[in-house]
Amino acid sequence: MTNAPTPTLAAAKQESGGALGFYGVWVLAAVALVVLPLIFSSGGSLTSFCLIGIAIIFALSYNILLGQTGLLSFGHAVQYGLGGFLAVHVMNAVANHNWPIPLPVIPLIGGIGGMAFALLVGWVMTKRAGTVFAMISLGIGELVASSSLILRSVFGGESGITTDRTSLMPMFGWTFGPQIQVYYLIAFWVLISAIAMYALTRTPLGRICNAVRDNPERVEFIGYDPHVVRYLAYMFAGFFAGIAGGLTAINFEIANSAYLGATQSGLVLFSAFIGGTAYFFGPILGAILVTYLQLGLTSVTSVWQLYFGVIFIGIVMFAPGGIAGILMKHRPLIRAGTLGTVIPSYLVAAIPTLAFALGIILTIETVARFSGGDVINLLGIPFVATAPTTWAAAAVLVVGGFLVARITWRRVAEAWDRAATVARDRGYLA
Amino acid sequence: MTAAIQVNAVEKSFGNVQIIRDLNLSVAKGERHAIIGPNGAGKSTTFNLISGHIKPTSGEIRLNGEVTSGLRPFEINRRGLSRSFQVTNVFARMTVWENVRCAVLWATGHRYAFWKNVDSLPEVKQRTAQILDDIHLSHRRDVPAGLLTYAEQRELEIGITIAGGASVIMLDEPTAGMSHAETERAVALIRRLTEGRTLVIVEHDMSVVFGLADRISVLVYGHIIASGTPEEIRGNPKVKEAYLGEEVD
Ligand SMILES: Nc1ncnc2c1ncn2[C@@H]1O[C@H](COP(=O)(O)OP(=O)(O)O)[C@@H](O)[C@H]1O
Ligand SMILES: [Mg+2]
Repeated sequence: MTNAPTPTLAAAKQESGGALGFYGVWVLAAVALVVLPLIFSSGGSLTSFCLIGIAIIFALSYNILLGQTGLLSFGHAVQYGLGGFLAVHVMNAVANHNWPIPLPVIPLIGGIGGMAFALLVGWVMTKRAGTVFAMISLGIGELVASSSLILRSVFGGESGITTDRTSLMPMFGWTFGPQIQVYYLIAFWVLISAIAMYALTRTPLGRICNAVRDNPERVEFIGYDPHVVRYLAYMFAGFFAGIAGGLTAINFEIANSAYLGATQSGLVLFSAFIGGTAYFFGPILGAILVTYLQLGLTSVTSVWQLYFGVIFIGIVMFAPGGIAGILMKHRPLIRAGTLGTVIPSYLVAAIPTLAFALGIILTIETVARFSGGDVINLLGIPFVATAPTTWAAAAVLVVGGFLVARITWRRVAEAWDRAATVARDRGYLA
Repeated sequence: MTAAIQVNAVEKSFGNVQIIRDLNLSVAKGERHAIIGPNGAGKSTTFNLISGHIKPTSGEIRLNGEVTSGLRPFEINRRGLSRSFQVTNVFARMTVWENVRCAVLWATGHRYAFWKNVDSLPEVKQRTAQILDDIHLSHRRDVPAGLLTYAEQRELEIGITIAGGASVIMLDEPTAGMSHAETERAVALIRRLTEGRTLVIVEHDMSVVFGLADRISVLVYGHIIASGTPEEIRGNPKVKEAYLGEEVD
């Protein structure tokens, strides 16, 4: 072809600009990971950062299935947990034999464990997508979780198997005893894994995963076997889940059957979905939020899972694209310069919506603490769970908040329409 | 010379309803072959059989001499046959560019590669851009396929079908639902893009059929009642009686 068509030129220009931004983002992420513990240096925040980092890898690995390939798994913790167990066993073996394997390599072992299991069961599992896959993943999850309690020598029963991360050979003088060293180990793997998983989406396989998600039937007519595509995706997801599991084993110096279970599988689904599966960065946001919520809520309420349920339902109903979906919806408005049209309506809507949310919280806590007659501390105000005044306050907040909020939500929708119309006129919205 | 497509005594039943009866069809290499027939005659089912979407109850199908009945669609596609669908069947959430590129990947040998950056494969990029240019969708390259207009989706459907460079192209009613002007444009496109390839096309517009096809087969109730050049088909009394009626005269 002698006459190069113009679209190629335009495409090349666009992609080189994209590449610059692409490297910029990762450099920024690396810098953020390095300086984060210097800014927030308390022990508590360091522990949180470690958990968040692991959750990010785990949620991103889950999205290889859900967001990229359209596979809804209810048993993703299996690969995570098995990676954790393999990591613990290998760490103990390395320590016993004094093998020259440093700790930072161990997550890779976890990844291999997760991938090996996926390799083993994946071919049968990924024959079909949809409900069949979802059900089999649930079954395998239950199967492995219950076996883990029976096979004591491998899984250590209820108590699990412990290890000592400092018993491996030190690296550059690091023993990985102090949490800060573990943090940097996790941060390193978060960065590497996130880059690798992003790169995967930009490969021929990654693109065909999306095609399989959208239309597995048609994929067969452009030369691809969707079964093979799903199988490969499943193995990659298992690999990165295993890395996350290995990091957890290092972080807690233990692996137990809870790592493999349905709760863990549910939590990762939850993170990916809340964050938004349609965008690569969605599950990162979800992992951060869910981990923070989990850490924050468990210390203030006994029914934290109930709140997760409420949030989940809210997202499914009102923002099925998750946080990333909400954010990305604003991009054309920002580009068109019409974001200012909607912001005031958000601020107005925030007040009654917050009241409504507080009412819900008060209701939940009242019900949860009724029998104990406990005191609920909300925004510094003490409410007695058994007092009718508390019930009245809750009712007023819920009903009144909702009625007012509904009006303001309508205002938001109107402001949106105006902003979107302008954005469309300016050519920033299809 | 072996035929591009050879269908021998193929039968297909869904449950106990026989849809295809003793189907025999031969399409020579490089030929433009039109299949016509009333709605429900089994044209799309014939496409499904040849492309491996469904398996024949009995009989044999050959592609370039090789038996392909019983193979999966992707195996048949890899042997050089590509088909489009009567009802648009694209990757709705992916952009126009990505739709076409996906259809280019296997043919350019990149298969399931997970170690190559898809954006830095010059041949893939060039071919995708060329196809987009051919189907007049370059200006829509970044639009999700699901948001295209109906006519644009039909053109994308053709683009995906031809993108892999298959030697045998099968198009199932590519112009269905298009306006007169759109049809003309699409036919010119099909004529140009299938130059030097074998084409099997299902089409209802008789002016298109008689203008485009080297040979025509008439399918009625799952059986080919006549196969021949446009002149032979025009003069065939059985065809006149069963299907064409006065509309050709
Ligand atoms: N998967 C199927 N199951 C049952 N019946 C089918 C199936 N596919 C097609 N048919 C039937 O076969 C007949 C031929 O359909 P089709 O091949 O789509 O006709 P055409 O494309 O010639 O209009 C129709 O009566 C249709 O209902
Ligand atoms: Mg049809």
